[in-house]
Order: sequence, then C-alpha cells, then structure tokens
Amino acid sequence: MSEILIIGAGPAGLSGAIACAQHGLKVTIIDEFIKPGGRLLGQLHQEPSGEWWNGMKEAEKLINETKTLPIDIRCGVSVYNIERHDADWYVYTNEGVFESPYVLIATGAAEYAIPVPGWTLPGVMSIGASQVMTNVHRVQVGKKGIIIGANVLAFAILNELQMAGINIERVVLPAESPISKKESNPEEVLKILTEAGHLAPSALLRNGSKLMKIDSLRRMALKYFPKGGMKINGTPLQLKKAAIEIVGNEKVEGVKLATIDSQGNIISGTEKLYEADFVCIAGGLYPLAELAAVAGCPFKYIPQLGGHVPIHSKNMETPIPGMFVAGNITGIESGKIAMAQGTVAGLAIAMASQSNAKIDEQLQQALQKVEEVRTKSPIQFIPEIAEGRLAMERVWEKESNRGELERVIF
Amino acid sequence: MTRIVHHPILGSLNNRQKFSFVFNGQELEAYENETIAAALLANGIRTLRHHEESGSPRGFYCNIGHCMECRLTVNEQANVRACLTTVKPNMAVQSGKQHPNIVKRMVEENE
Ligand SMILES: Cc1cc2nc3c(=O)[nH]c(=O)nc-3n(C[C@H](O)[C@H](O)[C@H](O)COP(=O)(O)OP(=O)(O)OC[C@H]3O[C@@H](n4cnc5c(N)ncnc54)[C@H](O)[C@@H]3O)c2cc1C
Ligand code: FES
Repeated sequence: MSEILIIGAGPAGLSGAIACAQHGLKVTIIDEFIKPGGRLLGQLHQEPSGEWWNGMKEAEKLINETKTLPIDIRCGVSVYNIERHDADWYVYTNEGVFESPYVLIATGAAEYAIPVPGWTLPGVMSIGASQVMTNVHRVQVGKKGIIIGANVLAFAILNELQMAGINIERVVLPAESPISKKESNPEEVLKILTEAGHLAPSALLRNGSKLMKIDSLRRMALKYFPKGGMKINGTPLQLKKAAIEIVGNEKVEGVKLATIDSQGNIISGTEKLYEADFVCIAGGLYPLAELAAVAGCPFKYIPQLGGHVPIHSKNMETPIPGMFVAGNITGIESGKIAMAQGTVAGLAIAMASQSNAKIDEQLQQALQKVEEVRTKSPIQFIPEIAEGRLAMERVWEKESNRGELERVIF
Repeated sequence: MTRIVHHPILGSLNNRQKFSFVFNGQELEAYENETIAAALLANGIRTLRHHEESGSPRGFYCNIGHCMECRLTVNEQANVRACLTTVKPNMAVQSGKQHPNIVKRMVEENE
C-alpha cells in the first residue's frame, strides 16, 4: 500500500508526487494514457522570449526526477470509482482496487463539444485530438482541414499543425445553436482573442489589443473585417463565416459554411460547400472532475475557472478528509501553473502526514510560486482566471466557517 | 495518412520497431509504443466502428479517452478504447457493428 495515491500523471500529478516523495512519502501514480505526461506531451509553443515550451521535454524532465524517488507510475490504468472507508481511500480501476490514506486527484481538463450536424462522421475530431495525433503520435490527421471555433487553444494548435506541415484551409465559427453561444458571436470571439495577449493569433490583434478593448473600435474592426478572413501564418481566420453542417458519405468530405453578421445571425442564401478531409472542433476546456464528485466532494460553479470545480483551499485540500486536488481540475490554466499547483498539493499532503516547520516554509514558497507563474504566464485560457481563484478562496472561507460551526453545534 | 517523421522542433523519428497486427481480418503495419487509433489512421483507416443502433460510421473524436467513440474489440475483449491502448504484435482488432433491433423493426412494421 502506498502512502499517497495520485490519479493523473500530468504536470500537476507528477509535480505533486515529486514534492511529497522528497519528504519520504511512498507514492503511486495511476494514469490511463499509454505514457506519463498528461496533456503536456502535445504542447509546443513559443514564449515571448523566443524560447520554445516543448511539453514533451518538460514531461521527460519530470519523469526522470520521479525515477530518483519512491514513486511508482502505472500507465494504462483507468480509475472509475473512489470511496472512503474509515481512514482509507479505495480507488477502483480496471486493474483492481488501490488503497491509500491520501488521494490527489489531478485528472486535468476535457474539451467542450460543439455539436454541428454531421459531427459524428469519421474525420471530425476535437482540436486537442489533432494536437495529440500530430505531436505525440506523429501521424497526419489529414490533408485539408477546417477548424470550427476560434479560441486560444485553437490558435495554439493551428500553429502546431502548420509546423508539422498539415494544411488548415480556414478557421470559422460554429453556427449559432442552443449549445454554442459566445463561440458563435463574432463580436464576443474578437473580444476574447484581443484579451489573449501574446497568444493572439496575429500581430494585428496582439499590437492592437489595447485599442480593440474599446467596444466601438472593436465593432468597427468587425465591420471592416476582410471578407476572405485575416491571414494567420497563411490560414484565414473567417470571423464572419459559420459552419452549418459537416457533410460526407462514410467520412468527412466538406463543410457547409454560411456568412454571418456581427451578432452571428446567418445571412440566408450565402451557404456554400467547402472541401475538407478532416474537421477540428474547438469548444474550449472544462475541468475533468467526475471522480471528485463520485467521492462526494462539494462543487461550485465558477465560470472564470472553466465550469464546475471541486471546492478547495489555496493549499489544494478539499472538504473531504484525505482528498486533495491540483491542476486543471481546479480551473483551466497552462501546464506551468499546473506544475506549480502540483507542488503545493504535494507539500500540503506532506504537511498533513508529518507537519513540520521546514515543509511549511517550502509550502509558503510554493504558494508564492503559483502566483508568480500565473502573473507571468504567456498563455491564459480564461482572461478572468485571477477573479475565479479569488471567488474560490471566498467559497472555501465560507465552507470552513460552516465546518467550524457544525463542529460547535454537534 | 502519412507519418510525420521529421519535425522542425520535435526532431526526427528513426529506428522504430515495426510489426503487424490484424484489423477486421486485414493485416496492417504498426510501430511500437503507438495507440491502435494512431496505427489505424497511419494506415488510412478513419472508420473504427459502426454505431450499435444507427449503423452510422464513427472514428476517434477526443483521442484521450473521454468520449468512448473509438471503442473496439481487442483480442476478444469488447469496448476497448483505441486511443488509450498500445497496439501489440499480432493483436486482433475488430470493429463494432450495428446490432439488429428486432423490437424497433416490429414497431416500424406495425406503423
Ligand atoms: C486536449 C488538450 C490540449 C491542451 N493543450 C494545451 C496547450 O497546448 N498548452 C497549454 O498550456 N495547455 C494546454 N491544455 C491545458 C492542460 O490542461 C494544461 O496545460 C495541463 O496539462 C494540465 O495539467 P494537469 O496535470 O492538471 O492535467 P493533464 O495534463 O490533463 O493530466 C491529467 C492526466 O490524468 C489522466 N486521467 C484523467 N482521468 C483519469 C482516470 N479516470 N483514470 C486514470 N487516469 C486519468 C489523464 O490520462 C492525464 O494523463 C490542454 C488541455 C487539453 C485537454
Ligand atoms: S477517441 Fe475519445 S475515447 Fe477514444
């Protein structure tokens, strides 16, 4: 039996493992993917300094570090249930039940889907799927692609596909539906892109981002937005085109697009079919938190964190005894922040099992590091993330006060 | 689909071990340490299964284990996710087919 069980070998889980194993705790990490590293494995972007953020290399560094410590990584193992009996957690997997007094849930994020008619055809995939196929498995996803959905992740991955020599014909919006809301509104999309800072898809948006924050200027920019789209390293971003249907017989053969106005309303009679052999749907990310819910953890809906997140403290503990969370399960941010949060969680677990001043000092430093990395982060999926974190701190305060109260009453 | 052997930042992939596996009775080539989904796509195969109810063709969607769209039968084990499973020499992979729906057909015939 290990002293701590970590679910997810992404940047958060690996960093958490390293931090608590450095204090002598025996760790087991479980991950269902074929190798450790989580979503780090596919990441590849250039930082403002010109340096490359090569996720594959970052993952390798972390994995090499785990090899020098009492950490056992088990890949290809899926967790489907988790329960607490007495002082122990029972983690149910396809390879049997694991037991441990502490669990750290670091399952990361998943992608929101935007259903478009025809989206079940082979050749339609999430934007993240194309990243993994390209950078992790090194297999081309197709010859001629269309991306539906214009957000930060879509542009980061567009760049990665281009780098690997894969041709993306255009980036368009999804047609308005009860599920796609902001994603179908050119004005809202432009607003999000101008807040993306360094990762904004073109120099124009990056340099003009201050100006574009002014509503009237943004509206004007949209009015004069080039009909053929704005070129991003050769691929046009067409904010005034929406995908109404993906067509094909046994697989993707093309996408029917229509022209839309600044509010996303379809202008009738403008539908036209564009050829493609693959389609990527970019709906954005949300915290993958089912296991925390199954374990009975209370949740809070905080849109600035990406959706429903398990209630947790700054130290990454949850109201459930012995259960910690870290990384994108607590809010959608970049890999570097997930790493910093993992370290916090690992040290907090070390504190819980053997409280001492030295660990506490490291924990305080690790907490500071999270803030530092967040402020300096060149990639921010949700511009209001800091507000989201504050909102969770307030929820935690309330929650712990209520806990105190309950202890006084009962 | 072609493999991305050379990459400007990630470098080149050389000296990988090759072997064969079987998909729906057809012998195909795969590389060590890759998923069944990646090996099939590299062989130009996008359709992994046909939907149990509607019979519509399906491929991988999320590629990281979340959507269950890529489920296959592997060495007689049903509902294995192709995007999370490493392909092995001589593995026997089978796609899912549309199931007969006798009740539905009876209802349709009586309408
Ligand atoms: C498709 C996708 C692409 C992304 N691309 C980028 C990018 O380009 N740049 C960027 O900065 N950020 C990107 N992100 C955001 C990403 O979430 C963070 O950068 C970072 O990887 C989060 O780290 P984490 O450790 O919290 O989770 P992850 O890195 O997602 O790791 C979680 C791990 O948990 C495992 N897991 C989940 N559920 C289970 C289970 N039930 N049983 C067993 N194992 C399980 C998964 O297999 C995975 O390996 C992307 C996210 C996704 C989903
Ligand atoms: S493609 Fe989604 S689970 Fe395999």
